[in-house]
Amino acid sequence: MTTPNITQEVLTTADGVPLKTSLNHALRRRKIRSLLLVAPLFFFILLTFLIPITDMLLRSVDNKIVPTLLHRTIPLLAGWDETGQDLPDEPVFHAMVEDIKEGAAAKTILRLGRRLNFERAGMSSLFRKTSRRVKRLGQVDSYREAMLKIDRQWGDIKTWRLIKRESGTMTLSHFLSAVDRQRNDDGTIGLKPKYKRIYIKLFGRTMALSLLITALTVLLGYPIAYLLATLPTKTGNLLIILVLLPFWTSLLVRTSAWIALLQKEGVINDLLVALGIIADNHRLTMIHNQIGTVVAMTHILLPFMVLPLYSVMKTIPPSYVRAARSLGATRFTAFIQIYLPNSVPGIGAGGILVFILAIGYYITPELVGGTSGTFISNMIAYHIQGSLNWGLGAALGTLLLLLVLALYILYDKLVGIDNMKLG
Amino acid sequence: MAENNDPLVRFVDIQKSYDGETLVIKNLNMDVTRGEFLTMLGPSGSGKTTCLMMVAGFEPATYGEIYLNGQPINNVSPHKRGIGMVFQNYALFPHKTVAENLAFPLQVRKMDKEECKRRIKRALDMVQLAEFGDRRPGQLSGGQQQRVAVARALVFDPDLVLMDEPLGALDKNLREQMQFEIKHIHEELGVTIIYVTHDQSEALTMSNRIAVFDDGIIQQLAPPSVLYEKPENAFVAQFIGENNRLVGTIVAADKEHCQVEVDNGGGLIHAKSVNIAGVGERATLSLRPERVTMEPAEGSLPNIFDARVQELIYLGDHIRTRVTVCGNDDFVVKISNSARQTVFQKGETVRIGWEVEDCRALDPSD
Repeated sequence: MTTPNITQEVLTTADGVPLKTSLNHALRRRKIRSLLLVAPLFFFILLTFLIPITDMLLRSVDNKIVPTLLHRTIPLLAGWDETGQDLPDEPVFHAMVEDIKEGAAAKTILRLGRRLNFERAGMSSLFRKTSRRVKRLGQVDSYREAMLKIDRQWGDIKTWRLIKRESGTMTLSHFLSAVDRQRNDDGTIGLKPKYKRIYIKLFGRTMALSLLITALTVLLGYPIAYLLATLPTKTGNLLIILVLLPFWTSLLVRTSAWIALLQKEGVINDLLVALGIIADNHRLTMIHNQIGTVVAMTHILLPFMVLPLYSVMKTIPPSYVRAARSLGATRFTAFIQIYLPNSVPGIGAGGILVFILAIGYYITPELVGGTSGTFISNMIAYHIQGSLNWGLGAALGTLLLLLVLALYILYDKLVGIDNMKLG
Repeated sequence: MAENNDPLVRFVDIQKSYDGETLVIKNLNMDVTRGEFLTMLGPSGSGKTTCLMMVAGFEPATYGEIYLNGQPINNVSPHKRGIGMVFQNYALFPHKTVAENLAFPLQVRKMDKEECKRRIKRALDMVQLAEFGDRRPGQLSGGQQQRVAVARALVFDPDLVLMDEPLGALDKNLREQMQFEIKHIHEELGVTIIYVTHDQSEALTMSNRIAVFDDGIIQQLAPPSVLYEKPENAFVAQFIGENNRLVGTIVAADKEHCQVEVDNGGGLIHAKSVNIAGVGERATLSLRPERVTMEPAEGSLPNIFDARVQELIYLGDHIRTRVTVCGNDDFVVKISNSARQTVFQKGETVRIGWEVEDCRALDPSD
């Protein structure tokens, strides 16, 4: 008997077709079937989630509005030396007048003003004012003189430098703002004035509070999960329902309940005053600050810590601790050396789940966070809904996403993602 | 320190209940001698594992006292008892290597590092796993994990080792091999072992003495040969080895022998009195299949009956023959497969017989 030489000959089936081809053919039906099963959800996610998200993220660098609306001016500005001290030439002013006229007719020029106003205050009113006046502007000798007459800012070289700097279809200026940086007039990147620096601080606070909340959920959730996992199945299942009970009420209701509990005239303060622990005029401020955010979010996110912990602890056989005890370990040693290391995957899974949920939380900090307890997501919401600076909102959102990804990679390096178990 | 011929473990009037309504252990009294291999054998739910857990300290006794080395241990917590234990699923710590698993009992005893190393090596050599110290339990086969578990239970030189169905998860061949290995380790070290199993052949192979548990009571506590040859009640006779069971009424009895009229007109059988109430009462007769003689000479045995062959099962070394005899159609005879043995046919009528001493009259079961 000879053994076939696999390295030299290709294995074939009885009819001479290579084994791999044959196998692929046999598996194709199964592959197609599983693809078809996944397809509806895939297209749903693609249409309603991935595409809008990508579009939103692209807005963080999108700057098409400037070159589109100023399509006559921008090409001419390319020939202008912005490092010098001279204003652009007459043709540039002429082109600008034509562009503004066209924009005013199409009612789009105000959007351009708003866009440039994010870079420098006053730009919005400059364009509004100019667009009103250029309509009445007849034939003039010098467009330059005419514009300077309309507003002196057109004679300021900084205005033109700004327009030239932001003339590309893409811009980094939103990202610069998102990390409290700005372009100086000479084009270099520097810090914003102190009173305008908010985002770095907000990112830091979001991270710190999220970490604190995650740590608190571990501290509070671990004993509960341990109890649930060690109780007889029947009692354990009943208590699991109690853990899940908060999900039966809306998030808004739970957050509002904390307002009722924590506010100055709330249940806890009333109780403390009634018990004589604090004086009536020294009621504690526990809401509309960081305490409110931390307390309410810890409560709301606790189930997300308990459930993964529970499912991991459920798989730790009681015989491990018994073995450790019979081998001479005290309860404490058996817990620290045997039980705890085996429950780490649960802590990891619960921790990363709670942290990622916390870092993007919006409603609870909005309602109970006041000014000192708000998160970066509240700022994103403000830019999307309030200031309508979608570019900056998108830039902040992108940074948040990158931050989460970076932490995820860090977690993988430190703990290992394989070490995470959700059930 | 207690004298060396004192029992190592002593159960005194132990009762155990989990729910306050039923007793899992009903009044257990038992001594375990130093150096003994004692097996607690019984069907599931018979209370044997509960008994082991009480010795280990994981279940409190509801009533009664357990003594270890002459000291009452009911209020001693498990880690202070110094008892090695091997669990059903080994309970090796998955996040520690084999060597770290073995080091665990030594570290909690604050033993110095050199001594630890020496002992771990000795224990691994004992179970022939010297090269596996750096592996994790998950990388070992079932049999290897089992050996590590045994080594870990022995590495700190306990007086007593408890084993709770340690071979239950292994396949048959490996199980038999491990039975011998554990038996040899026991003989070499002279450690006392209390072993729990529901597998009677395992119990017979390994033990010095076997305690047969049923319904929370020790039915019989005896060496394997005695248990098999001289069962004291119908449960033990039925549980250990293969057994032919005939039920009837006692018509005559003295201290040594008795006569039993078998139900359904099965005839009168001469038996040895072991555990019977008296004339007129019911009794179970127990007879081992290999103690039945085929075609005995007329008058050579006190019990000779006609039997009809119902089934022949060829098992290589012997032929398991099921016959109808004395109104019982589930009567098994083992015919050894020797050259001179006549071959019987299904449906044939044959004569079979047995000695009085081999047929034991026991309590009426169920």
